Amino acid sequence: MLNFTPKELQERKSGGMINPAKTCQPIGAMYAALGIHRCLPHSHGSQGCCSYHRMHLTRHFRDPVMASTSSFTEGASVFGGGANLKTSIKNVFAIYDPDIMAIHTTCLTETIGDDIPAYLGTAEIPEGKIVIHCNTPSYVGSHITGFSNMTKGMVTYLSEASTETKKEQVNLIPGFVNPGDMREIKRLVKVMGINFIMFPDTSGVVDSPMTGKFEMYPKGGTTIGELKDTGNSRLTLALGSFASTDASLALERKCKVPAKIMKTPIGVKATDEFLMALRNGFVKEIPYELEEERGQLVDIMTDTHYHFHGKKVAVFGDPDIVIGLTEFVLSLGMIPVHVLTGTPGNAFEKELRAMLLEAGIKGNVKASGDLFEFHQWIKNETVDLIIGNTYGKYIARAEDIPLVRVGFPILDRSVHSYMPIVGYKGAMRLIEMISGALLDKQDRDAADEDFELVM
Amino acid sequence: MEMDAGLWALEERKDSITVKGKHKKQLKCDTDSVAGCVSQRACVYCGARVVLNPITDAVHLVHGPIGCASYTWDIRGSLSSGSELYRNSFSTDLQEEDVIFGGEKKLARAINDLVEKCNPKLVFVYSTCIVGVIGDDLEAVCKAAAKKHDIEVIPVQSSGFIGNKAAGYRAACDALTRLIAPQKSVKMFRNRSINYLGDFNLAGEAWIIKNYIKQMGIDINVTFTGDSNYEALKKAPQASLNIIQCAGSMSYLAQKMQEQYEIPYIRVSFLGIEDTSESLRRIAEAFNDKEITRRTEKLIKNEIEKVRPTIEGYREKLSGSKAAVYVGGGFKAISLIKQFREIGIEVVMIGTQTGRQDEYDTINTLVDDGTVVLDDANPTELERFMVQKGANLLVGGVKERPLAYKLGVAFVDHNHDRKHPLSGFTGAVNFAREVYSTVCSPVWKFVQQGRQSL
Ligand code: SF4
Ligand code: SF4
Repeated sequence: MLNFTPKELQERKSGGMINPAKTCQPIGAMYAALGIHRCLPHSHGSQGCCSYHRMHLTRHFRDPVMASTSSFTEGASVFGGGANLKTSIKNVFAIYDPDIMAIHTTCLTETIGDDIPAYLGTAEIPEGKIVIHCNTPSYVGSHITGFSNMTKGMVTYLSEASTETKKEQVNLIPGFVNPGDMREIKRLVKVMGINFIMFPDTSGVVDSPMTGKFEMYPKGGTTIGELKDTGNSRLTLALGSFASTDASLALERKCKVPAKIMKTPIGVKATDEFLMALRNGFVKEIPYELEEERGQLVDIMTDTHYHFHGKKVAVFGDPDIVIGLTEFVLSLGMIPVHVLTGTPGNAFEKELRAMLLEAGIKGNVKASGDLFEFHQWIKNETVDLIIGNTYGKYIARAEDIPLVRVGFPILDRSVHSYMPIVGYKGAMRLIEMISGALLDKQDRDAADEDFELVM
Repeated sequence: MEMDAGLWALEERKDSITVKGKHKKQLKCDTDSVAGCVSQRACVYCGARVVLNPITDAVHLVHGPIGCASYTWDIRGSLSSGSELYRNSFSTDLQEEDVIFGGEKKLARAINDLVEKCNPKLVFVYSTCIVGVIGDDLEAVCKAAAKKHDIEVIPVQSSGFIGNKAAGYRAACDALTRLIAPQKSVKMFRNRSINYLGDFNLAGEAWIIKNYIKQMGIDINVTFTGDSNYEALKKAPQASLNIIQCAGSMSYLAQKMQEQYEIPYIRVSFLGIEDTSESLRRIAEAFNDKEITRRTEKLIKNEIEKVRPTIEGYREKLSGSKAAVYVGGGFKAISLIKQFREIGIEVVMIGTQTGRQDEYDTINTLVDDGTVVLDDANPTELERFMVQKGANLLVGGVKERPLAYKLGVAFVDHNHDRKHPLSGFTGAVNFAREVYSTVCSPVWKFVQQGRQSL
């Protein structure tokens, strides 16, 4: 069986990982770069890394994911990758003709100490084309760190404060979320009647429609013009502190755009806070349309609260998402007894401990964890539900616990990347998924006499 | 349509693309990818991992930063009839300080941890790019760990930048050669069985073949490496014949085994009815035994009778369709051309990631004039030629699937993501059904409609 995890918790002395709950920086940087219009992400390193990152993203989004590689060979790893990078830049613009090329590094190029800015200084970049970069050593942080670094790179290279007074517009940094979430966040802001720039924005790129034609650069993505203009906005809302803080602070420093760092708007409370921040920042009323949505959500929560109350849940995934999800399940009356992310960060543990403390719950909380440990926790204190990405299915099966798939990557189900989990609508969807999972199991396990039509 | 393949392509790529009947020159292959290409190629580690991963009761420990291990966690659909240990992901998760001060100590501790937790007889330690650069002495750490725990700990030298996937196959074969080497004290007896090299038991394919061979009156000693384990692999030198299916990954091992244990080998392919029958006959021939030959002929006859009507049915529906093929190895590409012919489909574009010169030569004799042949293609090239040649089906791996779909072209995964066994007679039917269900799916109508109504 796939259930080799022993129940006894033994201390691990190595700091190695068994069944990781994170992956490496470059894939995050690649994903962020896809959120720029007509951008080709470029992986500076061996071709293998690039191939893996594209494959993984392709499996999650079920859309083509384009990225080029410096294709390192032994020589490059001894003498440095300058020549490879320069050739790459030449070839990328000659063959694939993007407007912008976004370079990230890999473990290899970080370890040999390649100095990208120095190489860029002497590279031939065609007139009117742009090259940006960020460093993404995978032995630091996780894919979320990589996403954050590339988003920050957009600010460092492109944002400009060019107007005297700031424009009535807000910058939205969505964090490492699906295009469906990005669309939903944009919709909320549109309904509020506020101008905005979202960056990065992968909607329209990795959820592009079927046209019968392959577009190397689909319609979506933040344009270069918009990225420059982020320096003129009145406010930046950084959604998700792990993925979005650095870019927003860089923008504050560089262009004096005040940054407000918030949770990823998952659930009523975080969505309320998001809309309030917009209302206060731009002196706007919350339109009835959104009040109505919120009312519907609360109505659903009251209609169904008895399904959730007191149910134990284990949540894992990327830090910003897990923080949002935990807050939301608490608001449903559920008890998150195990909460884990693979991404390192004390802030994660601090925030969640405070949340659990306030709710009077004693639970396991860990950053830099892996799913082996998570499984051990569950073996020692079982739960009614697991929320996390596809990798949770091994535990779900071994312990016969329903799994609600949320986060990255989801490799075994489709449509998820088109549908939001953020905003009031996203919360409704989460409720539908959670109650569906709980009640399906109840139906399956019920004895004939307990099997009910109306639930 | 006539076209000059070199016209639009990048200068450096020109020699890697030919059109049958048009170009006299030889295709350039087995070269490194061009810097700045959207290459579909994988790395040495990937190649090594793919070959060794199906060994079910081994701990596969990736020495490197987390990514390399994350991306290879249980992604190959190799089935096991025993242990499931291989489906877990183990990584030393190197951190900045390890990169600066070296990762040897951490590796040694990780092995200790894993031995304590999983109690394996065999541990593979894969080196990734970064390990090659920081210069950890894998060999020494593995040796010490093996001694300490009295198990086998084998280093796999798979730093990614020292070549492509083919180099990884070699690294894996080196590790296997080490593994199967008998201790001096152990005497090996030859028996009348065969080793089956180059089947990873995707969707249970090796089991199908094993069953055929058994019906012929021969035993499979061990499969490299589908559904294999430590004990079984250790007995590998006892076999009297090696058959190799995925030649790209296993020829090297077969040669080594011939040198070291005098086990002869033959190449086989179990893709399609023609190649399967022919391969089974060649195995029987190698044993030169009347009874085996009789059983083999009976098996082939029975199986063909069973599947022929179904395949004929699909052939009628599919006839006239055109396929584009982009797969890992050259040998598979060759089989696919024949197999497509069996179901009435013409191959109009064919490429591989790691095909060798002799394989490309064979491909060239098999395909019709005008067929585009290319090595290490990038998506732009695949798209161009698929559109140009009017392919309505692409055979490829994960990254090619969405590309095909976006073009409104049907797709069959002939890689890790295959869902049904494609080997043997049973596999031939599955293949025809899979091709049919994608080529003739109603969804393509909506793509066409969409195009017209907008
Ligand atoms: S080497 Fe580094 S960048 Fe490449 S896949 Fe491994 S962890 Fe990721
Ligand atoms: S780091 Fe090297 S070994 Fe790891 S995925 Fe990249 S190319 Fe392959």
